[in-house]
Amino acid sequence: MSYHVNEKGYYGDFGGAYIPEMLYPNVEELRQSYLEITAQADFKSEFDQLLRDYVGRPTPLYYAYRLSEKYNTKIYLKREDLCHTGAHKINNTIGQILVAKRLGKNRIIAETGAGQHGVATATVCALMGIQCVVYMGELDIKRQAPNVARMKMLGAEVRAAQSGSKTLKDATNEAIRDWINNPVDTHYIIGSVVGPHPYPDMVARFQAVISEECKVQLLEAEGRDYPDHVVACVGGGSNAAGLYYHYLDDKRVNIIAVEAAGKGIDTGESAATSALGKEGIIHGSKTLLMQTEDGQITEPYSISAGLDYPGVGPMHAHLFRSKRAEFISIPDQEAMDWGLTLSQTEGIIPAIETAHAFAVLDERVFEPNEIVLFNCSGRGDKDLDTYIDYFKL
Amino acid sequence: MNRINQTLNQDKKLLSIYFTAGFPKLGDTVPILEQLQEADVDMIELGLPFSDPLADGPTIQESSTQALRNGMTTDKLFTQLEGIRDRIHVPMIVMGYFNPMMQYGVECFCKRCQEVGIDGLIIPDLPADVYHEQYQSLFQQYGLLNMFLITPQTPEERIRYIDQVSEGFIYMVSSAATTGAQGSFGDTQQHYFQRIADMKLQSKLLVGFGISNAETYKAAVTHSQGAIIGSAFIKHLEANGNQSVQEFVKTIR
Repeated sequence: MSYHVNEKGYYGDFGGAYIPEMLYPNVEELRQSYLEITAQADFKSEFDQLLRDYVGRPTPLYYAYRLSEKYNTKIYLKREDLCHTGAHKINNTIGQILVAKRLGKNRIIAETGAGQHGVATATVCALMGIQCVVYMGELDIKRQAPNVARMKMLGAEVRAAQSGSKTLKDATNEAIRDWINNPVDTHYIIGSVVGPHPYPDMVARFQAVISEECKVQLLEAEGRDYPDHVVACVGGGSNAAGLYYHYLDDKRVNIIAVEAAGKGIDTGESAATSALGKEGIIHGSKTLLMQTEDGQITEPYSISAGLDYPGVGPMHAHLFRSKRAEFISIPDQEAMDWGLTLSQTEGIIPAIETAHAFAVLDERVFEPNEIVLFNCSGRGDKDLDTYIDYFKL
Repeated sequence: MNRINQTLNQDKKLLSIYFTAGFPKLGDTVPILEQLQEADVDMIELGLPFSDPLADGPTIQESSTQALRNGMTTDKLFTQLEGIRDRIHVPMIVMGYFNPMMQYGVECFCKRCQEVGIDGLIIPDLPADVYHEQYQSLFQQYGLLNMFLITPQTPEERIRYIDQVSEGFIYMVSSAATTGAQGSFGDTQQHYFQRIADMKLQSKLLVGFGISNAETYKAAVTHSQGAIIGSAFIKHLEANGNQSVQEFVKTIR
């Protein structure tokens, strides 16, 4: 059994392309060409060169001495927080902009929640000199002013999504509507392993560079190219998909996915999709999603703006249902405390999303000789205001 | 024969009207249906409200949001429609997104549709191939026709496939847009309508999206069998409540 996508675009029961006919030509064009384009030698060399010279890859694999000592196990951090723009998101936007260029597209649209994917998209559009429109929920625009300013500085137009709950899911709806209205010249850069096939697989492949590097780096550090556990936070799930990718079918590796419990799973203010979601369709993909009994999609909550997506990528829905991965949810408070702990133990201020993953250390006991590999997916600069408010700094 | 096909077989240009169930008020569904029949429309599309209607523009999305706020649910719609076939003989189609139907249970949904006298479905985010492989026999079991959309960008080969899978009419989307687009139909649209007409499909064609008045209706039916009006009617309901439905229809034809 493989945990990768099958040729019809499904991960077990999940995935597919449940899209309006208006999107069919665009999605079909991408489906037919993404594997071919990304396999071409000139694509690979341009992608690798940009990841190296522009993004700053390979990112370090860091052995966290003090944390390892404290928890009596071997803890490694994959330092995606050191990527240009501050998170793993740019691995995907670099890949997709190169695909878009090869498809002859001259306009890019994207959705963003906290603004990280929006910034990563605006960045690569500036790099390539391509027009960029980013949809962002009206509420998020107010909450994430610095990232809005970054996108504007980078030359992107930020459009407010004013429909529905005015957050990430609505920004995604608006981006999809834009694509329906501009089917010929526009490419939609989705920011996570969500959306209709082939997006979840394409984005996972671009993020797979994370685990590809880990294999080489672990071999050098530990004499074996796999850890015992991989741990990542999951909103839509792109950093997790990248960390898990080359270990999906390697049963020696235990997979741990960390979701945001928000104020607690039973409080009605949570983003723990695996615990609260039911099978359904969101943004063109069959997956687990948070919804009412009547099938209306509900608004999730997490203190971390990057984890409050009401669904989860179909790969993760499959990892959950098949029990290949262990899903844990961490409440706001524990995540915030871990923001401080990581800062003061290792001198790394993590994004709040990333901080959720580390809280696993308090939830699970790891053996002294086990290797626990964390994706340190993003840095905390963007979250300073939240940290300041929370800790009265 | 299904009421939709009976209507399509008539030698006349058809007018189909869409409105969102439970809008503007929760209890307006049936009164609006009755007035549409009195106004002599040929088909009625009942919108099942959804929180995230991807293919719809702001007008229909806002009407959905309002209907949900009014308390509309899938089950309430079926309850409202119970016994309606005693007095409504116009073909009725439910237009909705797939997620609420999945949560209701697709078979259960089809069964309830048949019980209240629904003739067909339009489900924008259920692609023709998925329908064909997984759901067609179920829909047929409950006497429901499923209608598919095509757009100016749909490749010819796919149109042929959709034509094969289609059981009622093909919903010809007038331009690359979500619902509620403004403006008139120029040469581009006429050329597209003509191109599709020339394909001599077995399915009848109804044009939708961007039809808001007599002029656009007339242009739309030149190369098709009829046209569908949605957003313009929703706007009318917004302004006038559930009254004066007939006046609206008279402005169209």
